[in-house]
Amino acid sequence: MTASTPRTLFEKVWENHLVQPETQDKPAILYIDLHLVHEVTSPQAFTMLRERGLKVRRPDRTIATMDHSTPTTPRNTAGIIPVIDTMAAAQLDIMRKNCAEFGIPLYDLGTENQGIVHVIGPEQGLTQPGMTIVCGDSHTSTHGAFGALAFGIGTSEVGHVLASQCLLQNRPKTMAVRVNGRLSAGVTAKDIILAVIAKIGIGGGTGYVFEYMGEAIRELSMEGRMTICNMSIEGGARAGMVAPDDTTFDYIAGRPHAPKGADWEKAVAGWRALPTDDGAVFDNEVILNADELVPMITYGTNPGMGMSITSAVPDPDKLSDVSQKIALDKALRYMDLQPGQSLLGKAIDVVFLGSCTNSRISDLREAAALIKGRKVADSVRMMVVPGSQQVKAQAEAEGLHEIFRAAGAEWREAGCSMCIAMNGDQLQPGQYAVSTSNRNFEGRQGKGGRTFLASPLTAVAAAVTGVVTDPRELSN
Amino acid sequence: MEPIRTFNGRIVALPINDIDTDQIIPARFLKVTDKAGLGAACFSDWRYEADGSPKADFVLNKADYQGAEVLIGGHNFGCGSSREHAPWALMGAGFKAVISTYFADIFRNNALKNGLLPIVVDEETHKQLISLAQEDPSSSVTVDLETQTVTLPDGRGVPFPIDSFARHCLINGVDQLGFVLAQDDHITAFESSHPGRVQTVPG
Ligand code: SF4
Repeated sequence: MTASTPRTLFEKVWENHLVQPETQDKPAILYIDLHLVHEVTSPQAFTMLRERGLKVRRPDRTIATMDHSTPTTPRNTAGIIPVIDTMAAAQLDIMRKNCAEFGIPLYDLGTENQGIVHVIGPEQGLTQPGMTIVCGDSHTSTHGAFGALAFGIGTSEVGHVLASQCLLQNRPKTMAVRVNGRLSAGVTAKDIILAVIAKIGIGGGTGYVFEYMGEAIRELSMEGRMTICNMSIEGGARAGMVAPDDTTFDYIAGRPHAPKGADWEKAVAGWRALPTDDGAVFDNEVILNADELVPMITYGTNPGMGMSITSAVPDPDKLSDVSQKIALDKALRYMDLQPGQSLLGKAIDVVFLGSCTNSRISDLREAAALIKGRKVADSVRMMVVPGSQQVKAQAEAEGLHEIFRAAGAEWREAGCSMCIAMNGDQLQPGQYAVSTSNRNFEGRQGKGGRTFLASPLTAVAAAVTGVVTDPRELSN
Repeated sequence: MEPIRTFNGRIVALPINDIDTDQIIPARFLKVTDKAGLGAACFSDWRYEADGSPKADFVLNKADYQGAEVLIGGHNFGCGSSREHAPWALMGAGFKAVISTYFADIFRNNALKNGLLPIVVDEETHKQLISLAQEDPSSSVTVDLETQTVTLPDGRGVPFPIDSFARHCLINGVDQLGFVLAQDDHITAFESSHPGRVQTVPG
């Protein structure tokens, strides 16, 4: 490839990290700039290192946090977050031991920088344009919002990166996801990505890296772009990217790990060369019009089963593909919903505002602005779970926690919480939740629990009315 | 890892689309710090009643299908979470291969790293395999990784694609990490020409 060949953002980042290019019979060896580690998908990788007498090659390009199995219950009088679950406690202890033994910095439970792995990377300025970033977690795609190539890996690969700082990778294909036009009031980044996934289906992006582009994407804040890239995996794509621009640089500037002084100028100059060149070719393309978007909600048991909040639940009998018909039928039985039914007015039990999709400060600000002066319905439990201790501290400095508490919502410690029912926060069988997280799989939020995925605004609207409600009807 | 070349195994069908890794192994079982015992929790929420007794109508609980080693899943098998506990659980439950029309990317990688074969076949063959498994639980297929063929009970050989490097490693028992570590000179050269962007260790 000559220097004059127009290249996509993905191609530039990919080619910049090739230790060895891909050949006919061997995958590429890709260098990894930043490796994020958490307690659930790493223990077996550290065991493997120990068994083979290996070291961590670059602890200085590795960072660990605790988020998945950690409780989000309020601190005790000693200021400590108690871990009652003995298995979780053991897992957290092993994380501490592994990090100490291998020299990896750890944001321990309850300490000032701890939080969900995909919230802390950007927040600390560790996530920067043009980097390769991996983590044993599928929502690593979040970091692509900065123009990084970021994707989830399995535990064997976590071991590979710990030991070599490299991964064996076959080059993925590219898909342009163009979102033209502008969002209307009450419609958010979450609604864009739910609409993209509803359009292409949960497997539609398999084998691809997405690049989100178009006016609606350009106008989003970094938090909004992260929400979108976060759910690339729900469309089947391992990674999603947004070209860096001034919005990106403004977000990074001044963060603890951001380049400083002359290094900053140099870094920004390099980042400005990353966006996709005019004339670069994608393997595939999907186009959406933001003007037409309304708030979205899911009705089924995968994130592709989504619709505009004003639509009716689809009818399996109207599907021609037999396997799709069976899948929808199974989903509606699990959700206990009828074909043709509107979700508006459907009573719900729990509202979860949190997760790596929607637990950043801007999400909490938007939600607080809408809930201010209103009350959570008596029949509803609303949990507000900040994505990190930093987000929590910032929200408290702005008094957002008081607004949520005054409305009757729970204000909790940082972590994955009810996004993944493995830390004590979960639905009871049969309960319905409106959740700002990213997965509505059977049992994802608790065995037998039923999830409607939606934006923070839609979540607040449901919390205060006790039923699924179009947030535009509530707008201030 | 033991080299894998060919094996014959009975098939069982779970023809549900988009089987996600939360179904294969629910998150509450991920608090382990090793790989042992995950087989018993494989498909836990589909397999057991609330009181822990097996659901009689779930296919993997049926006596006729005990010992099946090849799982026929629906389209887009293994989507969702990147948890490698999913292939560990499937292997713990006795499976050596999963057949589908396509797999989610991360699951496919994870499976190959562990020697669980993700076998992609065309829609027609997929349908035929589901019927075979449902009609006769004694049906088996022969998987040959060297020739990349799965042979149906009627003797028809169906070719399947598989990542060539992963195949080479599985057949020859090549350790992928060892292969990467052997490139140390290249990695070091790359590092010296590409100074690190961030430094997580203070100092
Ligand atoms: S918040 Fe949910 S999706 Fe995000 S990292 Fe945690 S468990 Fe995974």
